[in-house]
Amino acid sequence: MENNNKKGWLYLIPAILFLGVFMVYPLIDVLIYSVEEGFNFASGESFGVGFYNYSYVLHDTYFLQAVKNTFILVLITVPVSTGLALLISAGLASITKLKELFQTVYFLPYVTNTLAVGLVFMILFKKTPYSDGMINVLIQAFGGSTVDFLDGTYAAKMFVLCAYTVWVVLPFKVLILTSALASVKQDYYNAAKVDGTSKARIFFRITLPMISPTVFYLVITGFIGAFKAYSDAVALFGTDLNAAGMNTMVGYIYDMLYGDSGGYPSFASAAAIVLFSIILTITCINLLVSKKHVHY
Amino acid sequence: MKVVLQNVTKKFPNRNKRIKEEVIAVNKFNVEIPDGKLIGLLGPSGCGKSTALNLLSGLLKPTEGRIFFGEDDVTNLPAENRGVGLVFQNYALYPHLTVLQNIMFPLQNFKGDKKLTKEVMKEKAYEAAKLVQIDTLMDRKPSELSGGQQQRVAIARALVKMPRILLLDEPLSNLDARLRLQTREEIRRIQRETKITTIFVTHDQEEAMSISDLIIVMKDGSIHQIGAPQEVYDNPVDGFVAKFLGTPPINMFRGRVEAGKLWIGDEAVLSVTGAPEGPVAAGIRPEGFVLDEKGPLSCKLAEIEVMGRDVTVVSTHEESENVEIRSIISAENKVDLAAEKVRFSLKPNKVLLFDVTTDARIYFNAN
Repeated sequence: MENNNKKGWLYLIPAILFLGVFMVYPLIDVLIYSVEEGFNFASGESFGVGFYNYSYVLHDTYFLQAVKNTFILVLITVPVSTGLALLISAGLASITKLKELFQTVYFLPYVTNTLAVGLVFMILFKKTPYSDGMINVLIQAFGGSTVDFLDGTYAAKMFVLCAYTVWVVLPFKVLILTSALASVKQDYYNAAKVDGTSKARIFFRITLPMISPTVFYLVITGFIGAFKAYSDAVALFGTDLNAAGMNTMVGYIYDMLYGDSGGYPSFASAAAIVLFSIILTITCINLLVSKKHVHY
Repeated sequence: MKVVLQNVTKKFPNRNKRIKEEVIAVNKFNVEIPDGKLIGLLGPSGCGKSTALNLLSGLLKPTEGRIFFGEDDVTNLPAENRGVGLVFQNYALYPHLTVLQNIMFPLQNFKGDKKLTKEVMKEKAYEAAKLVQIDTLMDRKPSELSGGQQQRVAIARALVKMPRILLLDEPLSNLDARLRLQTREEIRRIQRETKITTIFVTHDQEEAMSISDLIIVMKDGSIHQIGAPQEVYDNPVDGFVAKFLGTPPINMFRGRVEAGKLWIGDEAVLSVTGAPEGPVAAGIRPEGFVLDEKGPLSCKLAEIEVMGRDVTVVSTHEESENVEIRSIISAENKVDLAAEKVRFSLKPNKVLLFDVTTDARIYFNAN
């Protein structure tokens, strides 16, 4: 028994070593940075320990804007993308003709580069002296007035960012849900059919509970992914996100470390810890809610 | 509810797309199933019996022919409007719902005038649960039940909406031997109590014979014989039915008819007046042998299996198609194991003759 125990630890050493060096140590380090006041990278010295960094970050209008942006992004894109993915995969499951073709089409965005997709969205939405962008052409065709999506109102910009995010995360969710749906046994549907169950009821009372673990997985990873959004905003609005008013929390942390205003690792660390605690809280809430609605 | 199938045929496209010819799963079914009976649909696996069941349930549409429930033509009626109860081979209980919710599920689908209040639904669910004796397990999830209990829940769920006919697909195949005996009695009792026309599919002839009012024996998509179990056993129409029914199975011999006698090897074993001369396949039921020192049929004795009430004599014969001949005789007979040969005389009504090429029954007069 004693011997076995030693062997067990021996096997665990490589993983523990890597995790310790690259995950646990940085995490603790970030925590320490975040409470060191006036830390100077060059000299490696600080004035003392306290919560000034947090206070600064939480009072920074750019940070508050980033938090607001991130929350709007999360609350809109996670439900919309998950719902849309459910709809699309349920649709894919019920057709037989051209199924493979549609599956491929829906999966294409996943293998396309984010920045390339951003460029396409720019062409769709950007207003230039030469063109109003394709979406505006469409809006005009239906008798509306043009909207400046990328340099205009906050709502317009947020709409583009959300649409872009949904479009980027959709394929993965469709793929996962399609396979989850395929794993539900036909017998359940036959049993429901013989009992005269309506299509809607079959979906909500049988299909959805059966694939609930998968949906839950997508919601959790969706939340975390959306909280960590950054590159999407850069692809659409360029690197100066604070000026565009479209910064996200991760964007703010990055800017604090390297951006134009860069060189404030303490503030970046404090912001990172704030982000960490938000994600932790949301994930805990998710887990609690899932206990009631997820059937394994 | 009387069920009538007229010329019902179901063809499937061949899996191999290059082969144009379709697979015929059910071939020209013509059956009239009387009201309120328990019917066993019996056949070896792959004979199309599950397809036949799915045609009745409406999950499949026949390629040709018509299906009637009573006077209603239900051929084009989808499954949800047929009012059938279906019990699946693997039960298909919804794993995320409790037993009560599972049983109530079909009732919650009623629309319009038929819509029930929650209390009535619960009451009906408990009624159905009592019938199958699971009313104490209503709050459990299917995963917390044994196989037999799950089976009962599945039956309750199929019965709760008072279906016009009840269909069971291999209802006993997932149960162990003991439970199988018990559950088949249960199915019989439930059918008697509800008087719902019940059709169940099985490949186990013992199961079908023991509880059915009527059995339908099929092979390769076609019906070979319909009748009461004893009737089908005693009077099979062809060699297939004779060989398929009965445990131990019927003993088949290569024989010939000459001068009004049945010859097996060089022994004339029975007089078979009226049978045409020539080679025949002779089947003798295990209970058709009588131990008789002066009997006409002599076999090489292999061993004796004592069952208590009776004894199985295992022997061999050169002209036997089976590897060994099993004959069941009363335990009161003493068989000398040391003897090399054992001699039998035959009960004429347990000897069945079949055409060697068409497998059809050849009738004869034993006197």
